[in-house]
Amino acid sequence: MIRDITIGQYYPKESEIHQLDSRVKLIGTLVYMVSIFCFHRFLGFLFVSLFLGWTIKKSGIPFSYIVKGLKPILFLLVFTIVVNIFFSDGHVLWRWGILKLTIEGIHKGIFMGIRLSLLVLGASIMTYTTTPNRLTDGLEQLLKPLSKLHVPVHEISMMMSIALRFIPILLEETDKIMKAQMARGADFETGGMLKRAKSMVPLLVPLFVSAFRRANDLAMAMEARCYRGGEGRTKMKPLKYQRKDYIAFGVLAGYIIILIIGLRYIPSFWTLINI
Amino acid sequence: MGLMIHAKDLVYEYIRRDKEENVVDIATAINKVNVDVEAGQFIVILGHNGSGKSTFAKHINGILTPSEGSLWVDGKKTNDMEKLWEIRQSAGMVFQNPDNQFVANLVEEDVGFGPENLGVEPAEIWDRVEESLSAVEMLPFRKKSPNRLSGGQKQRVAIAGIMAMRPKCIILDEPTAMLDPQGRKEVMYTIQKLNKVEGMTVVLITHYMDEVVYADKVFVMDHGSVVMEGTPREIFAQVDELKKYHLDVPQVTELAYELRKEGIPMPEAVLTIEEFMNAFENLKTKF
Repeated sequence: MIRDITIGQYYPKESEIHQLDSRVKLIGTLVYMVSIFCFHRFLGFLFVSLFLGWTIKKSGIPFSYIVKGLKPILFLLVFTIVVNIFFSDGHVLWRWGILKLTIEGIHKGIFMGIRLSLLVLGASIMTYTTTPNRLTDGLEQLLKPLSKLHVPVHEISMMMSIALRFIPILLEETDKIMKAQMARGADFETGGMLKRAKSMVPLLVPLFVSAFRRANDLAMAMEARCYRGGEGRTKMKPLKYQRKDYIAFGVLAGYIIILIIGLRYIPSFWTLINI
Repeated sequence: MGLMIHAKDLVYEYIRRDKEENVVDIATAINKVNVDVEAGQFIVILGHNGSGKSTFAKHINGILTPSEGSLWVDGKKTNDMEKLWEIRQSAGMVFQNPDNQFVANLVEEDVGFGPENLGVEPAEIWDRVEESLSAVEMLPFRKKSPNRLSGGQKQRVAIAGIMAMRPKCIILDEPTAMLDPQGRKEVMYTIQKLNKVEGMTVVLITHYMDEVVYADKVFVMDHGSVVMEGTPREIFAQVDELKKYHLDVPQVTELAYELRKEGIPMPEAVLTIEEFMNAFENLKTKF
């Protein structure tokens, strides 16, 4: 059903990862993403994959479900690998026009492929285990120092959470308008790109009108309930670090230490055979 | 009992201007309205579309401020900008479209929105949320998404959202206009309960005549003016006058009125079916 769509595809479950403070998960994801770019060796990937696998297991989300998250970037993934394999300089194995297959290229292509996959998989764990509202709450808390620089942090996060709340409503409305137009002979399915894009106009106009009306109503309702921006506002569910959040921070620190320092002192198999 | 709402010669004009800020058109939405509401009363403001009843409601909450005249809510004048938030807290407002007044994705978080804005401590917010949700009998739904509720349930949650701010007065602007009969019944039951049990002052704006029956006092508005004023019984006794303002009376009232016109001695202004039946039984014993 259309009203069941949630953005960020939250996967409801009561795992330890789900229960973590959203700030921990945001910071963790950021650290994880940066860490992937901190090394140039396959051994690093082995370690990162182990860490990722362990996190997935803890989150209780089926592995196949997470891998599905790679689908939208499949094209990008293949493109990156192909470009790296055929357009890098180095020992040429095979050449055809401007395409040349090199040892360095294969190495780089596979490396980039793995890096990109790990990046997306890691980020998707965050969205699978955190509801959008928690995510905006966490973001607001983390970015709070920016409000000293007159960045409207509270307003942005309020806008985000309201947008999230209205997505299902607007989807439902789109559905309704579409049916109403179809009942009067509108055709959204056939024709080329241009014709289809044109046929969207009678759908978008009423949708925009109603979205503005809703926005106006909501603004009035919010003002009537004494909303006046972030100042002097309290939270019903304030974010507060628990014991498990500190443990998670510890795990994260361990991960980064092992990755950066550990890798430096383990001699590389690949450098030994000189690739 | 003190006056909760006191409107004196209230005038509100919608002014349309062109690009050079010249006044193109002035439409008077409210014209010299005088309304007094006592604390604890259940007030209904009746009128067909464009009668100015919604514009008046928006004045009570301070969303609009009078062009002329003045309006006091709980002793505070609404065009006093410093008192604006106090006024909005003491006179909460529920709107027509239930979907367009939800801020959060969870029922309990939405009810907590008002107290959050007032800067209430988290522990007390939780207490208030629980209290208000049980007052509208929606506590079992606290963890649900508002999208999954029926229209009547949504409107009850919206009422709870206002209740959580601990207002003295609640204004409902056609809260049942978009609901089905079942939802309408639920909301009306909730409103009456708030008035009787919690002693809340209620101002209900509506054009459904059936909802008038429960009121302590009724104001009928037409073209921006208050044209009739009185108890439901006094108002419904004047069926012809009501029809002049494009308002219908409840079916039983109209039936009794027609019978009376034909010379059958029915009492003036029958409001409910029970009353009609009693009057009818009395008639049978007489003949």
